[in-house]
Amino acid sequence: MIDHAIALVTLTLAAGTMLVFAALGELVTEKAGVLNLGVEGMMLVGAVAGFIVADETGHAWLGVLAGTAAGSALSLIFAVLTLSLLANQVATGLALSLFGIGLSAFAGLGHVGHVVDPIAPLAPPVLSGLPVIGALLFDHSPFVYLSLALFGLVQWFLFHTRAGLILLAIGESPQSAHAIGHRVIAVRYSAVAFGGACAGLSGAYMALAYAPMWTEGMTAGRGWIALALVVFANWKPWRVLAGAYLFGAVTLVQFQAQAMGIAVPSQFLAMLPYAATIVVLALVSRDAIAIRLSAPASLGRPFHADA
Amino acid sequence: MSVLWPKSVLYSVLVAVAGLASVTAVAADAPFKVGFVYVSPVGDAGWTSQHDAARKEMEKALDGKVVTKYVENVPEGADAERVIRELAQSGYQLIFTTSFGYMNPTIKVAKQFPKTYFEHATGYKTNTNVGIYNARFYEGRYLAGIVAGRMTKTNIAGYVAAFPIPEVVMGINAFTRGMRSVNPNAVTKVVWVNSWYDPGREREAADTLISQGADVLTNHTDSTAVVQDAEAKKVYAIAYHSDMSKYGPHAQLTAVTHQWGAYYTKEVRDAIDGKWKPGSVWGGIREGLIKMGPFNPVVPKDAQDLVNRTAADIAAGKFHPFTGPIRDNEAHERLAAGKVISDDALLKMDYYVEGVQGKLPAAK
Repeated sequence: MIDHAIALVTLTLAAGTMLVFAALGELVTEKAGVLNLGVEGMMLVGAVAGFIVADETGHAWLGVLAGTAAGSALSLIFAVLTLSLLANQVATGLALSLFGIGLSAFAGLGHVGHVVDPIAPLAPPVLSGLPVIGALLFDHSPFVYLSLALFGLVQWFLFHTRAGLILLAIGESPQSAHAIGHRVIAVRYSAVAFGGACAGLSGAYMALAYAPMWTEGMTAGRGWIALALVVFANWKPWRVLAGAYLFGAVTLVQFQAQAMGIAVPSQFLAMLPYAATIVVLALVSRDAIAIRLSAPASLGRPFHADA
Repeated sequence: MSVLWPKSVLYSVLVAVAGLASVTAVAADAPFKVGFVYVSPVGDAGWTSQHDAARKEMEKALDGKVVTKYVENVPEGADAERVIRELAQSGYQLIFTTSFGYMNPTIKVAKQFPKTYFEHATGYKTNTNVGIYNARFYEGRYLAGIVAGRMTKTNIAGYVAAFPIPEVVMGINAFTRGMRSVNPNAVTKVVWVNSWYDPGREREAADTLISQGADVLTNHTDSTAVVQDAEAKKVYAIAYHSDMSKYGPHAQLTAVTHQWGAYYTKEVRDAIDGKWKPGSVWGGIREGLIKMGPFNPVVPKDAQDLVNRTAADIAAGKFHPFTGPIRDNEAHERLAAGKVISDDALLKMDYYVEGVQGKLPAAK
C-alpha cells in the first residue's frame, strides 16, 4: 500500500510538472496583460528543438537550453505581431499554436524514431536510499525540483519585487503605468518571452525526460490544459501548482483504479481529471469579486502609447 | 485533430497540383498509379509506418510499373472524403484507405468514380469497386501471450489499451489466453487511456501498471512510449504494429508486426493485369499479414519453439486461439469445449475472458 502511495506521488509530480512549467509561464504573460494562446505550439517547438539538439550533440541538458530558447524565440514572433503591430492577440495566439504544431512536425522530420539518453531522476546515492522519505523527496526528475524553484521564483518576483509589481500594474492599467513612465511594451515583451521560454522548457521536459522521443503532436493538447489552468487558478501561482498536481493525480488515480480492476467506465475516469480540476479550482475561486481583482484588467487588450 | 486542418489543406493543394501536372502525362503504357491515405504521420513505428513500409515494398516489387503517392495525417471524416476524391480525380487507379474512419468517405467517392478501384482497411462496407482487407491481429496476440506467460515472474501482465472496441478487446483476450495456456496463474491488468496516440498518457499508464506489479507490458496504442518505459523501468515489453527493439533493446521480448507488403503487391499486380476484384480479406499468419518480430535472446529456446509451433498450427488451420471452452471473467461460459469461435462472434466481442482483471468499460 505504502509503495503504491509513493509511486502515486512520484508519478503525480512527474505528470504535473509539465503543466507547472507551461502554466506558470503563461501566468506571468497574462499578468502583464497579454493573452498568448500559442502555448501548445511553443511547447512542441521547445520539444522538437530540445530533442534535435540532444540528438545531435549527445547532451540532453544542452537540448533543454535549446528547447527553452526555441520556445522563447517563437513567442517573440507573437510579441512583434501583437505588441508592436497591434494584431489581435487571440487570433495571433491561435495562429502561433497552429504554426508551432506544423513547424515542429517539419523540423523534426529527420529525427522521428531516434533515441536519446533521457534525463534520469537525480537519486543522490545516500539520500534516495532512505526508506519512504528517500523515494518521496529525493527520487524525482531534476525537472520536478526545477519547476518548484520556478514556482518560488515567480511567486517572489510577482509579489515581492519592484519589477514584479510594475508588471502587475501594467497588466491592470497599461495607460496609467505608461503615464508614470513605465515601459509598457518592453515589459510585455519580456513577459511574453518568459512565457515562451517556460512553454519551451515544458516541451523539452516532455521530449527529453517524461516520454523521451520525438513524434509529431506529442504534447497531445497539454498546452491547452495549461492555458485553462491559469484561468481556473484565478491567476495565482500556488493554485496553478495545486491545479497541475491535482490534474496529474486524478489522471493517475484513475489509471490505478483501472489497473486494480475497479469497475468504473474508463470513459468516465478519463473525463475525471478535467472535471475534478475545474470543479475544485472553480470552488476555491467562486468569489466573483476576487476573480475580478485577480484577473489582469487589461488582459488581451492591445496597448498603444498614443491611446 | 481539428487543429491539423491547415496541413491537410496544404496537402490537398499539393495533391491537386500534382493531379493537374499529371493530366498530360497519361499515356497508353504509363505506370499504374496507386494512392494511399494515412490517418497519422508515417513516423518510424506504428500502424501507418507499417502501411508505408508495405507501399515501398510493393513499389520495389513492381519496379517501374507503378507510381505511388501517399497523403498522411488525413483526419477521418470530411477531410478524408476530399483527399480521396482528389486522388481519384488526378488519375490514381487504385486507392488504399488505411483507417476505419475512412469507410463512408471511401464508399461515397467510390460511387462517383466507378472506374477507380478502392481498398479500405479494417472496415465492413464494400461496393462493386471497393474491396476490404484486415488482419487477424489476435493470432499474433496469442503468440505474444505465450511469451509473456513464460517470462513473467510476478504473474501479472500489463496492457495499455486505447478504446474498448471489439478489435482491441479481441487482442486483450487472445493475449490472456495465450499467456494462460503456458501459465494458468498469470493475469492481465488493463488500463484504458482513451486515446490512440498520446505518448505522455501511454507512459503514465505503463508506469501505473508497473507500480502494480506488472513485469511484462504490451499495448494497443500507437506510440513507442510503452516499450521505452519498459526499457527505462527494467521490465519486459511486447511491441505491437512494428518491431521496436531499437527503443527497448533489453525490454522487447518480441513484437506482433503487421506486414501488408505482399498483399499490396498482389492487389496492385491484379489491378494492372485487369484481374482485380473487390475482395473481403481477413488474413492472418497464414497469409503473411501477421509476423512475430525477432525474439529477445532472453526468451528461452523452448518458448520460442512453442511460439513457432503454435504459429505453424494456426497457419495450417489446426489451431484457433479462441477454441472453447471460453469463459468470461465473470465465470459465464461463452463457448462450449471443443468449439471454435465464429468470425461474427469475434467481431462483436464485448467481454473479458478469464484471467483479465476488471470489468470491460463498454460491457453492459
